[in-house]
Amino acid sequence: MEGRAGTPGAPRTENRALRTMVPITTLHYLVVAAALFVLGVIGVLTRRNVVIVLMSIELILNAVNLNLVAFSRMWGNLHGQVFAIFITVDAAAEAAVGLGILISFFRNKETINVDEIDLLKW
Amino acid sequence: MNPGMSAGLNSAIDAGMAPVGTPWFFYVLAGLAVASGVAVITRRNAVHSALALIVTLLAVAGLYLMLYAPFVAGVQIIVYAGGIMVLFLFVIMLVNIDRSSKERQFNRIWPVGLLAACALLALFVSAIAKGKALFPDRMMTLPESSNTQQIATMLYGEAGKMGQYTFAFEIASLLLLVAILGAVIMTKKKI
Amino acid sequence: MPNFIMSYLDPKVTVTPGSAGNQFWALMYVLIIFAGVSVAVICMNWIERKALAHFQVRLGPMRVGPHGLLQPIADAVKLMIKEDIIPAEADQFVFWIAPMIGLLAAFTVYTVIPFGPSEAVSDMNIGILFMLGVSSLGVLGIVVSGWASNSHYPLIGALRSSAQMVSYEVAMGLAVVSAILMTSLNASGTGTLSMIGIVQAQQQQGVWFIFKFFPLGFIAFVIFAIAMVAETNRAPFDLAEAESELTAGYHTEYSGLRWSLFMLAEYAAMIAVSSIAVTLWLGGWMRPFPNLLHAPAWDFIFSLFPGLTFGALAAITFIEAARMPTQSFFKIQRIGLAVFAALLGFIALLLLVIAVAGRSADMSVAARFREGIDYVYWFVLKVAGFMYLFIWYRATWPRYRFDQLMKIGWKVMLPISLGVLVVTAIVGVIFS
Repeated sequence: MEGRAGTPGAPRTENRALRTMVPITTLHYLVVAAALFVLGVIGVLTRRNVVIVLMSIELILNAVNLNLVAFSRMWGNLHGQVFAIFITVDAAAEAAVGLGILISFFRNKETINVDEIDLLKW
Repeated sequence: MNPGMSAGLNSAIDAGMAPVGTPWFFYVLAGLAVASGVAVITRRNAVHSALALIVTLLAVAGLYLMLYAPFVAGVQIIVYAGGIMVLFLFVIMLVNIDRSSKERQFNRIWPVGLLAACALLALFVSAIAKGKALFPDRMMTLPESSNTQQIATMLYGEAGKMGQYTFAFEIASLLLLVAILGAVIMTKKKI
Repeated sequence: MPNFIMSYLDPKVTVTPGSAGNQFWALMYVLIIFAGVSVAVICMNWIERKALAHFQVRLGPMRVGPHGLLQPIADAVKLMIKEDIIPAEADQFVFWIAPMIGLLAAFTVYTVIPFGPSEAVSDMNIGILFMLGVSSLGVLGIVVSGWASNSHYPLIGALRSSAQMVSYEVAMGLAVVSAILMTSLNASGTGTLSMIGIVQAQQQQGVWFIFKFFPLGFIAFVIFAIAMVAETNRAPFDLAEAESELTAGYHTEYSGLRWSLFMLAEYAAMIAVSSIAVTLWLGGWMRPFPNLLHAPAWDFIFSLFPGLTFGALAAITFIEAARMPTQSFFKIQRIGLAVFAALLGFIALLLLVIAVAGRSADMSVAARFREGIDYVYWFVLKVAGFMYLFIWYRATWPRYRFDQLMKIGWKVMLPISLGVLVVTAIVGVIFS
C-alpha cells in the first residue's frame, strides 16, 4: 500500500479521506471566536471613526456568542444558547443607545473622530 | 445528558441523518467570517465596513446552524443583520462627512492599541494551547427538531422545573424598554 | 450514484429533499423554483399591464404578440440591450452589489415555502423565523442602493422606503406570531415554527386559521395582508417608487439590466409574502373542505380541477382567436393565438390523464404524481388570487402620503396586532 506521491491509487485516496474526515471539534469554533474577538479589539483600539468603533464592539459580542453556543453544544444542554440570545438582545439595546449618543454628539460638534472627542466640557 | 444518550444520538447520526459536507462548510463559513472581520476594521469607507459586518454576521449565523442552534441563528439574522445593521447604515448616512473618508483612518495611538491586541492574542493562543485537554473531543449532537420548544421551556417555564431564565427574560424586556426611552431622549432636539 | 438520485423518487418517500439529506434533489427543487418564479414574474408583468388597462377602460399592449402576450419578452430584451449608466461619483462596488442584495433576500425565502407536504426545498424547523429574518435583509438592499447612487432623490426615496418597510415588519411579525399561537392549540400543547407543520396543524384542527376563532384569525390575516403590501412597496404604499413622486425613488439611477433586477426582486418578494400568507392562514396546499368532504368521490372531483382550469383557459383563448379580425395582416396573430390555445389544451389534456390514471389512493407513481400536482395547483391558485389583489389595489386606491403611512403603521396596525395576539392567547387558553 505504500506508493509514491505521484501514483494514483490507494495512498492518495487514503490521504484525501483522512483530510476530510478530521472532525470539527469545539476547539475549531473557539479558535474562530478568538480570532473575531481579537479583530474586534483591534478595531476598537485603532480606528478613528466612532461608527466603526461601535461596529467592532458588535464583532466582539458576536465572538462571545459563538463561544457560548460552541460550549453549549459541547456540554449538550441549552444554557449557552439561551445566554447567547440574551447577549443578542443586549447588543441591540446597546447599539441603539450608543448610536443615539453619537448622533446627539454629532449635532453639537460636527465630528465623528475619536481624536477630536477629547473635551469633558466645552 | 449522559454518554448513553449521546451514543444513541450519534448512532442515529451515523445511520444517515448526518449533516453532509461538514468540514467544508465549517472552513468556508469560518474563513468568510474572519475575512469579513478583517474588512470591517480596515476599510476606509464606513459603508463598506458595514457591508462587511453584515457578511460576518450571516457567516456566524451559518456557524450557529452547524452547531445545532437554529433558533439562535434565526434570532441572529433577524436582530443583528436585519435590525442593528439597518440602524448602523442609517446613522452612517446621517453623520457622513466627506472629509472623514479622506483623512487618516487610524487614530493617534494606534501602535499602543495594536500592541495591546497582540498581547491579548498571545493570551488566547496560550490558553487554547495549554487548555486543549479541557475541551474533550466528543461532539454531541443536540436534537434539532425540538430546539425551539426546549428554549421556550427554559425561557417561559415555571420557576421550579426548567424555567430557569424567566426572571432574566422579564429583566431583558425591561432593558429594551429603557433602551427605547434612552434612544428617543438622546436624539430629540429639545427635551 | 444513480441509486442516490433514484432513491428519492420512490413513492413511499414523504419528506422534503432537505430532510432526507438528498442534495441532488434539493438542488433540482431550487432550480425548478427559480425557473418557476422567473416565469411567474414574466406572466405577472403581462397580467399587471393588461389588468390595469382594463380597469382603466383601455386595452393595454395588443401589438407585440396576440393580445400583447409577447410584450414581457420584448421588455426583457429591451432592458438587456440598454446602455448601462453608472453615475460618475457613485461608489462602484456598492452600486454593483445593491440589486444583488435585494434579489438574494427575495429568492432565499423560497427555500422554506411549502408547495406540498414534501414539495419544499427543506423543512427547517425555524421556517417562519427564517422567512422573517431573510425578508428583513431586503431592507438593506434598498438602503444601500439609495446611498450608492450619490444623488438626493434616490437617497430620500431609499430612507423613506426602508423606514416604511421596517415599520410594517413589526406589525407583520406580530400577526405571524398570532397565527403560530394557533398551531399550539392541539392535544400536546406544543406549537411549531416549521411551515409544513403550520399547514399540518390547520389540517389537524380541521379549520383554516383565517376562520379560527372568528374574527380573530381574520383580523390577523387582514393585518398581515396590509403589512405585506407595505413591505413590498406596492400601491397604495408606493410613495417611494411611484413615477409621479421622487422621480422613481431608490432605483432612479439604475438603468437597463440593473433596474430589471430590482423589478424581479420586487415581484419575487410579492409572490413570497403571498405564499407566506397562504401557508399561515389559507391552508397552504390543502384543497377546500379536506375533512368535511372526505369521500374518494370528492377527492376525484377535486383532482380534476387542474385539468379543468387549463381547459377553461384553452377554451377562452380559442374563442378569442376565433373572434379576432379576419384581415390578412392579423392572420399571424390569429394563428399565434390559436397555437397558444392548443398548447393550453394539451396541458389540460395531460393533467386530466394524470388525474384519471392516479385516482386511486395507493402508493403508485401515478397517484404520487397526481397528489403532487394537486398540492401545487391549489397552492398556486391561492397565491394567484393574492397577485390579482395586488394589481386590483394598485388600480383602485390613491397612494398614501408618507406621514399618513407611518402613522398607520405605528398607531393603528401595531396596537391592533398586539390586541389580536393577546385576545387569541386568552381565547385559546379558555377553549382548550
